[in-house]
Amino acid sequence: MTALLELEDVEARYGPVHVLHGISLAVEEGSVVAVLGPNGAGKTTTLRAISGTVRRSGRIAFAGRPLGRAGPDAVARLGVAHVPEGRGTFAELTVWENLKLGAYSRRGSIDDELERVFTYFPWLSERRRQPAGTLSGGEQQMLALARAFVQRPRLLLLDEPSLGLAPVLVAELFRIVRELNEDEGLTVLVVEQNAHLALQAAHAGYVLEAGRVVLAGTSAELQADDAVRRSYLGY
Amino acid sequence: MASAATSAIAGFRARGIALAPAGAVAVFLGGGAIFLLVGCLQSTNFARLTVEGLASGAVYSSLALALVLVYRASHIVNFAQGELAMLTTYIAYQLIQWGLSYWEAFFATLAIAFVLGLVLQVALIRPVLHRSVLATVIVTVGLFILIDGVVNWVWGGDFKVMPSPFGNGSYVVGGVAIPHLYVGMLAVVFACVLLTWALFRFTKLGLGMRAAALRPAAAALVGVRVDRMLAVGWGLAALLGAVAGLMAEPSQIFLSPTLMQSILVYSFAAAVLGGLESPAGAVVGGLTIGVSLNLVIGYVPQISSELELPVAFAVILLVLLIKPTGLFGRREVRRV
Repeated sequence: MTALLELEDVEARYGPVHVLHGISLAVEEGSVVAVLGPNGAGKTTTLRAISGTVRRSGRIAFAGRPLGRAGPDAVARLGVAHVPEGRGTFAELTVWENLKLGAYSRRGSIDDELERVFTYFPWLSERRRQPAGTLSGGEQQMLALARAFVQRPRLLLLDEPSLGLAPVLVAELFRIVRELNEDEGLTVLVVEQNAHLALQAAHAGYVLEAGRVVLAGTSAELQADDAVRRSYLGY
Repeated sequence: MASAATSAIAGFRARGIALAPAGAVAVFLGGGAIFLLVGCLQSTNFARLTVEGLASGAVYSSLALALVLVYRASHIVNFAQGELAMLTTYIAYQLIQWGLSYWEAFFATLAIAFVLGLVLQVALIRPVLHRSVLATVIVTVGLFILIDGVVNWVWGGDFKVMPSPFGNGSYVVGGVAIPHLYVGMLAVVFACVLLTWALFRFTKLGLGMRAAALRPAAAALVGVRVDRMLAVGWGLAALLGAVAGLMAEPSQIFLSPTLMQSILVYSFAAAVLGGLESPAGAVVGGLTIGVSLNLVIGYVPQISSELELPVAFAVILLVLLIKPTGLFGRREVRRV
């Protein structure tokens, strides 16, 4: 297996505030990788650096090709779907239009993808004419995920998918992500506060603190690590 | 027209879309439509004034729609929109001088206007757009002055005569003479409005443009080239402006560099009345401003046509004071 995504010494800043101080990580093709860490550690910024929504330096390679200064739209067209924190759905557009936007950078029919999405989220089909803004927070999160699937990405970047969701929905969401990974080989990089849940779903993980990778390993290794257990798993 | 709009609104409301105006607005528009209908049946003079108002209202609608498209995408008012429309009308004039027929020149001008709007956005607006709103607005004011200067320099300030696109005849309906020109103006503008609506509603390009205008960052994440969408938006706005200019010209008899200056104010009033973010609002606002101004001037002797412009300004001020979101202003539908 080769790494689908490789970050080498990536730095990023918002104005004068340095957030990432040289992050290096790798995501194998077909794997689910979790990024853990306390608030302000740079987890979200790491995803934003990959998708190009924040200015970054260092080296990021996707499928062996350096991203350079590619902006978010160019990265998306390469096959990276980023579901940002706060979902990034369009409240004013209908559910159907939101899903169609997922296929924006693709040619040809999207019927297959939509059918697939509707098997995971059957209620989306009934509510396709409704403005996305009238969905509940959890439903919008599911819509954001559904749209990312329609994008048919090689790499899915998921930012805090559990934020503001009922526990039963969070479990459902992670079940679907895992299923897509196993059935279709979707590669996922997920940022998650809920370390317990994330490490259950993931094959490997990275722990970030103050903009640096402080720990890396397989899920089993991280779950067995004393520091991780004390700080993030709470036992 | 207004009644068709209200029934569409009722449909939206039935489907629970909160962007439809409040009941009071529907009553206002419905009442206005009934008032106009009864008035037209009662008096031929009233009917004549109404049709005339609708025709000029169609021109305001078209330019107001151009203003709204730019406002939605960039959150600035393009003060040069009217002058751009005037410039493109001169281009049509020049094409006719070079031997093209009116309608050949018409469609060629629309194409030129689209490219012109696109190029202006890329060359002048894009570099300042993300720096400051004020800088961007000042660029559009500068563009206003620049276009005015260029037109005066190239074509001179004297009046030009263009051929009439619809002839000088009239239809007679129930004793009221309706010039072909007015019918033609309404038909052309509404064809353009419908095509614009269909573009936004049914095409992938339109969906991308809407997404880019609503949430640029989220649009980029699904692969929409946001900068390109904004440029296309300017092109489309310039095209609609060109339609406004070309349809305004025959009712003014002569073409002069001041063609669009008062029309810009009426269109701005129309856009504000409609809610500045609503394309449907721009169209309804344009017709409302056109008809009501024409009726006021026709029936209130104290307000002559010289006072038309201040009245339009008063409308802008009143709407901004009383109901800043206008008739069709968007209410947030986001649930958190």
